Amino acid sequence: MRIKTELPEIFEEFDEARRQGFIQVKQLKEKGVPVIGVYCTFMPEELIIAANAVQISLCSTSDETIATAEEDLPRNLCPLIKSSYGFAKTDKCPFFYFSDLVVGETTCDGKKKMYEYMEEFKPLYLMQLPNMKNSKAAFDLWKDEIVRFKEKLEAFLDVTITEKQIREAIHIKNLEREARKNFYGLGKINPTIIKGSEIFKVMYGVNYTFEKDSLIKKLNDTTKLILEQDSESIKPQFEGTPRILITGSPMGGVTEKVIRAVEENGGTIVGFENCTVAKAVERLVDEEKEDVYEALAEKYIDIGCACMSNNVSRFALLEKMIEEYEVDGILDMVLQSCHPYSVESLKVKRFCQEEKKVAYLYLETDYSTTDIEQINTRVAAFIEMLEE
Amino acid sequence: MRVIGLDSGSTTTKGVLFEDGNLTSKKLVLTLGDPKKAAEKVFTELGRQENTYVVSTGYGRRLLAADKVVTEITCHAKGATFLNKNIQYIIDIGGQDSKVIRVDHLNKVADFKMNDKCAAGTGRFVEVLMQTLDEDLMRIDEFISKAKPIKINSMCTVFAESEVISLIGEGAKKEDIALGVLHSIASRISNQLRQINPTEGSIFFSGGLSHIKTLTELISMNIKMPVYYDQEFSQYAGAIGAARIGLQNSE
Repeated sequence: MRIKTELPEIFEEFDEARRQGFIQVKQLKEKGVPVIGVYCTFMPEELIIAANAVQISLCSTSDETIATAEEDLPRNLCPLIKSSYGFAKTDKCPFFYFSDLVVGETTCDGKKKMYEYMEEFKPLYLMQLPNMKNSKAAFDLWKDEIVRFKEKLEAFLDVTITEKQIREAIHIKNLEREARKNFYGLGKINPTIIKGSEIFKVMYGVNYTFEKDSLIKKLNDTTKLILEQDSESIKPQFEGTPRILITGSPMGGVTEKVIRAVEENGGTIVGFENCTVAKAVERLVDEEKEDVYEALAEKYIDIGCACMSNNVSRFALLEKMIEEYEVDGILDMVLQSCHPYSVESLKVKRFCQEEKKVAYLYLETDYSTTDIEQINTRVAAFIEMLEE
Repeated sequence: MRVIGLDSGSTTTKGVLFEDGNLTSKKLVLTLGDPKKAAEKVFTELGRQENTYVVSTGYGRRLLAADKVVTEITCHAKGATFLNKNIQYIIDIGGQDSKVIRVDHLNKVADFKMNDKCAAGTGRFVEVLMQTLDEDLMRIDEFISKAKPIKINSMCTVFAESEVISLIGEGAKKEDIALGVLHSIASRISNQLRQINPTEGSIFFSGGLSHIKTLTELISMNIKMPVYYDQEFSQYAGAIGAARIGLQNSE
C-alpha cells in the first residue's frame, strides 16, 4: 500500500475514517466489546475506558431526521436535539444502533427533556449535571454522579472497575488531550500554516478512531507533518487575512457551512473554542490527586458550556485563545432555539468588544442549507470590516 | 474614468454612474425576480462601456459581471457617509433584510447587525400588510395622516397578516391599522439599532422604506436622535458606496 504523504490526502483520511467509523464499531461489537453512546463532552470517558468499553459520539448534525423528530418534539426546538432524537427514533445512526447503553447528562433543558422520550426505546442512563461550578454542593453532587455512573457501568456490563484502571485511563486520556491540543494549537502560528477547515476535519474525524494509541499516534504524526511542510509556499494564501476564532453551539455536519463561508469570503479560522474542538480538551485531569473521582469531577465540571451559570470557564478560555491565537474577530455561531448560547451571546459580545477589543459577530443558523446566502452576506461584511 | 456602483436588491435594482469622480447619473428599476435582467437595464441606461469599472452589491451581487463584489454593509457605510459626513449610524430597511450599522470617525464600519433570517422587520413586512389593507405603499403618509395607531403584536409577517385580517373583521379603521404597522416596524428597527450601542450622533436612513416620513419621525422619537433622510439619494446609498469603493480601487 502506498503511504499517504500529501497533506490534503491525509486530511481526507480523517474524513474517510469518520465515514468508515460504523464498520469499525461493527467489528468491535463482533469482538464482544461493549459500546457506550454519548452526545456530550461532559461524559467522563475515563470510566468507560476503565470498563474496557468503547465510547462513541452519536449522530446529531444532519437535518435528515428532523422531520421524524418533529412528530414528537416541538418544531421550534434546537436542531441538534431534534436531529439526535430523530436519528435515534429512525435507527438511521449506526452508532446508536450498536450502542449497548446511551448516556446523557442534564445539560440544557431541551436535551434533558428529550431523553425522557428516548429512554422509551433505548437503554438510557442520565447523569445529573449541576448547572453551577463554584459551589461545594454542586461539586459534591457531580462527584457522586461520577461514582454512581461507575457503579452503573459495573452493574450494566458486569465488570469491576478498579482505581488502577481509572488511573491508567486518566493517563491515556491526558495523552489524547495533549495530542489534540498540539494539533489544533497549530492554529496559533501566525502567519497561518493550516486552514480552519482542515483543523476541524481532523478533530472531528479523529473521534472515529476508537483505539486510543492509534488515535494519539495519528494526531501526533499529522502535527509533525504539518510542522515539517514547506511553510513558505503556504503563507501567501493567508497573508493579511483576518484571524477568526469560532465559539458558540456545537458544530459539525451541516453547520460546517459557516466554516466554508468564512474561508470562501477571505477569512482565516485559527481556532474553535466550541465543544467540538477545544472546550472540553484544554484542561487535563490531575493525575496526582489522591481521589480519582474528585480529579475527574474537577476536570469535567470546568467545561465552559453555556448550560452553566455563571459560565466563567468559557470566558477564561476565550480570553486565553484570543491572546494565544492573535485573534482579530470572534464568530459566535448559535443554533436556532439554543437558549443557553443565544442568551449568553450578549455577555460574549460585551466581553469581546469592551474588554478584549476584538470584533464580534453573532450568527444564528440551523441545519438547513437555505440560509447560506444570508450567512455569506453577514460573514463577508464582517471580514470586510476587519480588513478595512 | 467611469465607475458604476450597482445595488442589486430583492425589490429594486439601483445604479449610479461616477464620471471623473462626480456623480453624473442614477437609475432605479424594479427587480421583478430577475436581478440579471434588471441590472442589464440599469447598465444600458447608465451607459456601461468596455472600460467602465463596475462594483456590485446587494443580494444579487454575485450574479452580475462586475470588477469587484462588496457586501451591502460596507457599501451602505461608504454611501451614507458620502451623502452626509456627520452621521454615525445607518438604518437600512430593504425588501429582504434590514440592517443597522455603526461607523467610526474614519467612516469605516465599526459594528453592524442584520435582522434574523425571516421577513419580520424588513420592507416585506410593511409591503405585505399594506397589500392586505389594499392600500398604496407609496402614499402611506397621506393615508395615515389622521390615524390613531392600533398595536400590532405579531412580529412574524405571516402572523401579523392574520392579525390584520382579524382587525379588519372587527371593524377597525384601515388607516389606524396601517399606522400600527409603522409603529411596529419602527420599534423593531429601533431595538435592532440599540444592539449596536448607539450613544449620540445622528442616523442616516436608507432603503425603500426611507421615503415614509412618518416612519422617519417614529424612529427618531424612539431612539431620540435625529434621523437624516436624503429625498433624492437615500435609496441609492448602497450603489453610491459601491461606486466610491470602485473609485478607490481603480485609482
